[in-house]
Amino acid sequence: MGYEFDFSAVLTDQYIGWLLSGIRITLMLSAGAWLLSFAVGTALAVLRATNFKPAVWLVATFVEIHQNIPLLVQVLFWYFAMPEILPEAWRDWLNQNNSEFILAMIAIAMCHAAYISEALRSGLRAVPVTQYEAGRSFGFSYLQTMSYIVVPQALRLSIPPLVNHSLLLFKNTSIAMAIGVHELTYQTRQIDSDTFRTFEIFLVATILYILMSFVIMAAGNLAERRFGMGAR
Amino acid sequence: MISFENVNKWYGPELQVLNDVTAEVNKGEVVVLCGPSGSGKTTLIRTINRLEPINSGKITVNGQETHAKSANVNRLRREIGFVFQQFNLFPHMSVMDNITLAPRKLKGMSRPEAEEKALKLLARVGLEEKAGAYPSQLSGGQSQRVAIARSLAMDPPIILFDEPTSALDPEMVGEVLAVIKGLAHTGITMMCVTHEMGFARDVADRVWFLDKGVLLEDAKPGEFFSNPKHPRAQRFLADLRH
Amino acid sequence: MWEIIQNNWTLLLVGQYPNGPLGGLVATLLLAMAGLALAFPVAITIAVARISPYRPIRLVAAGIVHVVRGMPFLMVLFWSYFALPVLIGRPLSGFWTLVGALVLYESAYLAEVIRAGIQALPKGQEEAARSLGFGYFRTLFLVILPQALYNSLPALIGQFVSLIKETSLGYVISVNEFTYAAGQLNSQLLVQPVEVFSILAITYFIVCFTLTQSARWLEQRIARSRQGGPGGRAAQTLPNPLATEPMP
Ligand SMILES: Nc1ncnc2c1ncn2[C@@H]1O[C@H](COP(=O)(O)OP(=O)(O)OP(=O)(O)O)[C@@H](O)[C@H]1O
Ligand SMILES: [Mg+2]
Repeated sequence: MGYEFDFSAVLTDQYIGWLLSGIRITLMLSAGAWLLSFAVGTALAVLRATNFKPAVWLVATFVEIHQNIPLLVQVLFWYFAMPEILPEAWRDWLNQNNSEFILAMIAIAMCHAAYISEALRSGLRAVPVTQYEAGRSFGFSYLQTMSYIVVPQALRLSIPPLVNHSLLLFKNTSIAMAIGVHELTYQTRQIDSDTFRTFEIFLVATILYILMSFVIMAAGNLAERRFGMGAR
Repeated sequence: MISFENVNKWYGPELQVLNDVTAEVNKGEVVVLCGPSGSGKTTLIRTINRLEPINSGKITVNGQETHAKSANVNRLRREIGFVFQQFNLFPHMSVMDNITLAPRKLKGMSRPEAEEKALKLLARVGLEEKAGAYPSQLSGGQSQRVAIARSLAMDPPIILFDEPTSALDPEMVGEVLAVIKGLAHTGITMMCVTHEMGFARDVADRVWFLDKGVLLEDAKPGEFFSNPKHPRAQRFLADLRH
Repeated sequence: MWEIIQNNWTLLLVGQYPNGPLGGLVATLLLAMAGLALAFPVAITIAVARISPYRPIRLVAAGIVHVVRGMPFLMVLFWSYFALPVLIGRPLSGFWTLVGALVLYESAYLAEVIRAGIQALPKGQEEAARSLGFGYFRTLFLVILPQALYNSLPALIGQFVSLIKETSLGYVISVNEFTYAAGQLNSQLLVQPVEVFSILAITYFIVCFTLTQSARWLEQRIARSRQGGPGGRAAQTLPNPLATEPMP
């Protein structure tokens, strides 16, 4: 190809600083959205498990909406449209407090909460009814049966999809660059337009992403082996 | 036609499933292979067409050493019909296509020719009217009869059965055994793993008794049933009668 | 909202077409279809390689899948944006840049769907074909793949939905597609973001939800046809749904 790779041009102190701050934002965004999505996702799954008609319907609607609209569109909606709908005071607060980051985090978290609640639900449904019946026949109450027998099994069954969606969530934080969050992909493009060393900087960024993804995959494997259904 | 010479097979370092098996099946003969569960019957019959590899020894089919590196396993398998316990019909194809697939693709037979042949085979197993059906529309007994017809479509000189009736509801066992009986002594060499001792008594030329991978008996059915030599075979027969 | 749709429906549907490049919702659907069609053969190859009897082939295929799954789609898109033209030696339109990225990314995910479909088939299917005398590849193409692909049809539709959602990222590199059109419209109108992005979101929802529902319907039908009879043991388990659903 005749292309001369020159990593020294992109790995100066300044650009390493940009990269590091990009990684920091990516990780913060991932961690924040991850915690929020697990909290909301769990709440949704519990709500749905009540089998109370309106609650079930509400959760199902939430899930379908978030699963059938591109995440980027959800992010754009939160960024461009939501502030118009929100009360004045909230808008002001957002504008003073790094609104891109917060809105991107919420958008990503809500979208993935839908997937997480579905992962938990499929785990619950995969526990055989006989397990529940066995619990009740010991004389456990509904809540005891759920918390000692059904939910622990359901959680174990849900580990693979939960890991999978954690990885996707991490990768999807890159979408936040579209509204100007200074995460890793954003910084990569900045360095690119500063140096024109496109191949070098994207190679570095790609490797960084893959390394972080591999850490998540490895953690997932560990969790699966430690707590999964096959674990002993 | 089929000969085993000191055949040994292990699963892992511990479990020896075939232990120095030496025996012979002559052309046109019917051999019934029996033995307790886990004794290695399935394994033994699957080594003949190399669905299972062996660790040592020699298996010869029709003069060809089947486990030799140089053996053309696909050509060899065309000569050996195999009928599975679970039928294994191709669910995405009609009965007709299940039967004609191999003759058309492997022998280059034209479709009309292959279908004519298939209809004859279906008549032989009593299922002419099912040519257009799909496997999901057949009963277990019908499925197994189609599977037999599928194996026969390649005109194999040898046909092997691995417990062809044990996945069937009791009322369907008879129809399948009748088809297999009809095949016996028509010149085709046949080996059948089964627990149907009535069938063995009526049809088999010889009965082999396998236990823990050792071929303990190789006898005429009359001899085997009235006077089994080995205590284990005696116990096996006693258990079956209960 | 109606007014916006009335005044701008051609922009949202087909972009500047026929006076300029095709864009809008039609471009989005074409992008997704082209991506799926081209990713499909690649995915089958990777899936087959992933369960090859030869270890080196398995390892290479697994490596490809893991690396791609470790990359955000946006990174793949940027690679396609600047590396693909260098690789093929001529400039590439935005449309084909995005298709290139979709093929690269989705091949890995589709491959896992197809692999799950293959591995869910009972071992007896392969053994029956091999016993008749079919070789490895004929067994694969005549017996295994037709069943595996049919059984994973619902998952494949789900994957198509993922592709549609991924095309929205064309927005970032200014590819003429639906989200980009809406973005243009938003900056034209300036003061109606709620309306514009609602139209965008609702339209995506209608398209994707229809597809998701048809996938569910198909899944039930296939599950029922599988229980059709004792001979109908096409597959005992559904293709692993966990392998699917990459997102944006
Ligand atoms: N793939 C395998 N890996 C390890 N062990 C195996 C495998 N297949 C079979 N075995 C073991 O080999 C032994 C013989 O199995 P085989 O299926 O040949 O017995 P069988 O006589 O056909 O029994 P059955 O009457 O139950 O069908 C058994 O102990 C079985 O557990
Ligand atoms: Mg057996």
